[in-house]
Amino acid sequence: MTSTTTQQAAAVLALDPIRCDGRGLCHDAAPHLIELDEWGYPVLPGGTVRANIAKSDLAAARDATHACPVLALHLEKPPPPR
Amino acid sequence: MAGRLGLDTPSSLAAHRDQHGPLPTLPKRHGGSPGGLVDEVERAGLRGRGGGWFPTHLKLRAVVKSSHERGRLSRTRQPVVIGNAMEGEPASSKDEVLLAASPHLVLDGIQAAAQTVGATDAFLAVHRGSPSIGVLERALYERAAARVDDVPITLVTPPARYVSSEESALSHWVGDGIGTPVYPDRPFQRGAAGRPTLVQNAETLAHMALIARHGGSWYSTVGAASAPGTTLVTVGGGVARPGIVEVPTGTSVADILALCGGPTGPIRGYLTGGYGGGWVAGSGFDAVAWDPDSVRNAGGVIGASILWAVDETTCPLEEMARVAAWMAGESAGQCGPCMFGLPTVADDVRALALRQFDEPGMKQLRTRLGLITGRGGCKHPDGTARFVSTGLAAFDDEVALHLDGRCSVVGRRPVTDAHALPVPPVRLTAMDPDGRDFE
Ligand SMILES: Cc1cc2nc3c(=O)[nH]c(=O)nc-3n(C[C@H](O)[C@H](O)[C@H](O)COP(=O)(O)O)c2cc1C
Ligand code: SF4
Ligand code: SF4
Repeated sequence: MTSTTTQQAAAVLALDPIRCDGRGLCHDAAPHLIELDEWGYPVLPGGTVRANIAKSDLAAARDATHACPVLALHLEKPPPPR
Repeated sequence: MAGRLGLDTPSSLAAHRDQHGPLPTLPKRHGGSPGGLVDEVERAGLRGRGGGWFPTHLKLRAVVKSSHERGRLSRTRQPVVIGNAMEGEPASSKDEVLLAASPHLVLDGIQAAAQTVGATDAFLAVHRGSPSIGVLERALYERAAARVDDVPITLVTPPARYVSSEESALSHWVGDGIGTPVYPDRPFQRGAAGRPTLVQNAETLAHMALIARHGGSWYSTVGAASAPGTTLVTVGGGVARPGIVEVPTGTSVADILALCGGPTGPIRGYLTGGYGGGWVAGSGFDAVAWDPDSVRNAGGVIGASILWAVDETTCPLEEMARVAAWMAGESAGQCGPCMFGLPTVADDVRALALRQFDEPGMKQLRTRLGLITGRGGCKHPDGTARFVSTGLAAFDDEVALHLDGRCSVVGRRPVTDAHALPVPPVRLTAMDPDGRDFE
């Protein structure tokens, strides 16, 4: 699992926890980035519903968003550097 | 200090006018600038009394900005105001007591807020079956007859579910008739029917009605500098006279307890803020000042201003188990870590309270508490996790005893009703499969 500081973030991976129905396809697509909890729901790097994604993980994060059948995952622009 | 919120006054419009005078004419919202009251609210330093203690002027400004962003005020961007008197916390009755004595102060506050943000619709929400419905119907009737309100105020009664009183759920219910939390839009962005929505607690609105009359400088002459004014505290558990007291923020816990006749015995710990709040150990806490920052520095959460004392006649772990089971059943069943995580955690706490638990179980429980935090569509799982984790810390001696198959309270006199935390009927599943529970 890779987490990264705001400065290096290339994107934010955002999960809508209400939409997500826990089939775990995102984990199958990007197992090193997204873990599953004991109930089968995705745990993003950092443990919340928004994770900063480093450039090196961007492709995996994109694969995860494409794998989700209910569009519960998407990539956002990174927060502006402070 | 005499109270400001008029808890000992009759509830009629005439009595209200005698005591407070009419609501002054307020400079209304104009285009992208909020009405003049927002500056007074900022000067007052008013922070919301619904649990989060968020600065009220920031919310007022955010609603105006959001509704102005797309240029002209179209019908679909006209703001909505919702007064939140749902009182979802079972151990709280401050809003009910406030509405019984001073309904017109709360309704004036809604009116003032509506004019400040330029709202065209305003609502006051109490939970279905609430004892406040009668007094509010009467008060609204009096106001209609006297033509008091520029913006009409509608009384609404969403389901009496804990998470239905969360602000996005309340907006969802007012807009679409479904009282479940919404993600990711916040009400000020897209609330009731997609319109920018201001949700304020009933007590916050009553304070606003006073600020509208007396100004922000007057308001902040009382209370802690970081959160001025007074607060309605619900005091319960091991005290001689449980009930609601109005005190300046920053009053010591000892002084608050004294107003309620003092503790009935040695206090082992306090639940602060409610079931979405936190536990603190008893020793030393009575010296703490009752304001958001001081309570947080002491390891608690002021939340909805609930102060519940647990004395030596009550097993705190049993109390935690009963509440955790209820909180689990109050999940809206929308997010995995909430609908599956909370029952798992509640089962763990129950096993601990029953002295059927062990060290590996404790370790797993702590991991689970970390895992369910920060991953829901609303803060319900976070509040529940905090309730449990702070309790395990505050009563670590009792946890150790229970892991050893013992309990410090067994054999003493049983819990009396007055000393037991109030827990409504527990739901065993998160919601009915059709979701009708929240309509
Ligand atoms: C699970 C949950 C339950 C809540 N219940 C209440 C409630 O019963 N009454 C209330 O005023 N706020 C409640 N809140 C807080 C509201 O979401 C909201 O922040 C508040 O009404 C805003 O008013 P204020 O800024 O005046 O405090 C709850 C929040 C959560 C997460
Ligand atoms: S693929 Fe989508 S629905 Fe499935 S677990 Fe991942 S985020 Fe949730
Ligand atoms: S976290 Fe729980 S209560 Fe909150 S929206 Fe999700 S399922 Fe509903």
